[in-house]
Amino acid sequence: MTISVEEVFETASMILYQNLDIRTTTMGINLKDCIDNDFDRFTSKVYEKINSNAIRLVKEAKRMELKYGIPIVNKRISITPVSLIMETHCEKAKFVQMAKAMDRAVEDAGIDFIGGFGAIVHKGLTPSDRMLIEALPDVFAETKRVCSFLNVGTNTAGLNLDAINLIGPMLKKTALMTKDAIGCAKFVVFANAPEDNPFMAGAFHGIGEADMTLNIGISGPGVVHSVVEKNRDCDLTQLSEVIKRTVFKITRGGELIGRELAKNLDIPFGIVDISLAPTTATGDSVANIIESFGIESVGAHGSTLAVALLMDAVKKGGAMASGNVGGLSGTFIPISEDTGMINAVKNGFLSLDKLEALTSVCSVGLDMFAIPGDTPESTINAIIADELAIGVINNKTTAVRVIPVPGMKEGESVDFGGLLGEAPIMRVNRGSSANFMKRGGRMPAPVTSMRN
Amino acid sequence: MDKELLFITVIGADKKGIVAKVSNLLYQCDINIEDINQRIMGTYFVMTMLVDMKESKLSLEKVREELEKIGAELKLKIQIQHENIFKMMHRI
Repeated sequence: MTISVEEVFETASMILYQNLDIRTTTMGINLKDCIDNDFDRFTSKVYEKINSNAIRLVKEAKRMELKYGIPIVNKRISITPVSLIMETHCEKAKFVQMAKAMDRAVEDAGIDFIGGFGAIVHKGLTPSDRMLIEALPDVFAETKRVCSFLNVGTNTAGLNLDAINLIGPMLKKTALMTKDAIGCAKFVVFANAPEDNPFMAGAFHGIGEADMTLNIGISGPGVVHSVVEKNRDCDLTQLSEVIKRTVFKITRGGELIGRELAKNLDIPFGIVDISLAPTTATGDSVANIIESFGIESVGAHGSTLAVALLMDAVKKGGAMASGNVGGLSGTFIPISEDTGMINAVKNGFLSLDKLEALTSVCSVGLDMFAIPGDTPESTINAIIADELAIGVINNKTTAVRVIPVPGMKEGESVDFGGLLGEAPIMRVNRGSSANFMKRGGRMPAPVTSMRN
Repeated sequence: MDKELLFITVIGADKKGIVAKVSNLLYQCDINIEDINQRIMGTYFVMTMLVDMKESKLSLEKVREELEKIGAELKLKIQIQHENIFKMMHRI
């Protein structure tokens, strides 16, 4: 059946006028086969495997952009969680040296971020996991492109408070050692981290994955915003339906490109992650979608329902479009990367407490938000623990990317520039959680995990 | 012989010479026009051409550059995309 002018126009306008893009193609690379007793040889092998494949990814992704006329904004690499491959080289200096080799490997290939310099510690910490966390401030200070994650909770293991308690001090140190605390933007702490998430900063190549995989992240807040604008008066059932149909189409487009790219690279195709991921570009805001539902500003009452409806419609549209939907798939609501979210904080509509409520129905969590630099470490740990408890109890992924900005107070703002945007400093509850957090230990797995 | 089918989409204000300029470029490159349609949609003039690039003398990259030049000259948006993306998005 021939394609009509209307259909061609719809697709072309999504790209030309509504910022539809392939947000990321992320190549997952297993590094376990690079482990070597000789550390120099080990880092050389890591450099070589990452760099040679990264070059191929960049080249093939450009061919896809040309063929389908759709921008592939980011080409990225995710790797085996680094603490796993460093067990026999458990020294701080070596962790930093390894990070620098990885940084060079992607820089030399023209790639902006590599994810996976992290650890899976939801049940406990190995010496290598501890050393990695200790090395992180230096890693962030001495590299530009290396991103890190920790998974500190799952719905089957509970929540590791001992691991969370290491994060506040690490973030405060990172904030002091990197300009505008930017190092903190490259660290995500998770509960129920997906092993095939293609989005930075939390991407890593899970231990259940093949030697290499190609995951694709497709986004399109502008496309969804446009369809909501065209349906100003319909009820919620109909609103969900029109969003679902639109997301179905863009996910199909992502699937086509992901599959073909994986085939050209001769590696297995992993997943399509359909996530509405905002940028600070005009018309690319998730907050604006919520507002076009009929809410004055994101953060006002009704926003949680709006995010829930949006998130669910996105997932349903994606699930029907591809058998390989994975990663986070849903809706991201970072503060600094979304002009609508930034304005909502500045205008007093969106508090940290409401943001936490929104994250209980969105796909990630408290993302890219700044807090005063003098926030106690125990309070940072408690913010993280609260958010991850939502994930552990509700059997979903939650995450935190928090930036304590030294010397800054509520009401001020830090401008990271580029993709990372601008973050107004948010008010933090002044009540102390120190005595609770210092109990440490592990919150047991919820009863809903006992399914065997 | 299998065809290499792509859609060219021209979007903007209607004016003289659009079809002439685009089809002249395609003729020079040995690109065959399989189908051509145009419509006014809202405030947009939209023209789509389904073309076969199997025997094209120019690479897709060069054709895109030439189309962009015409677009800039006539103040129009011109896109060229492989037909598979439309099939995937609009046909089950």
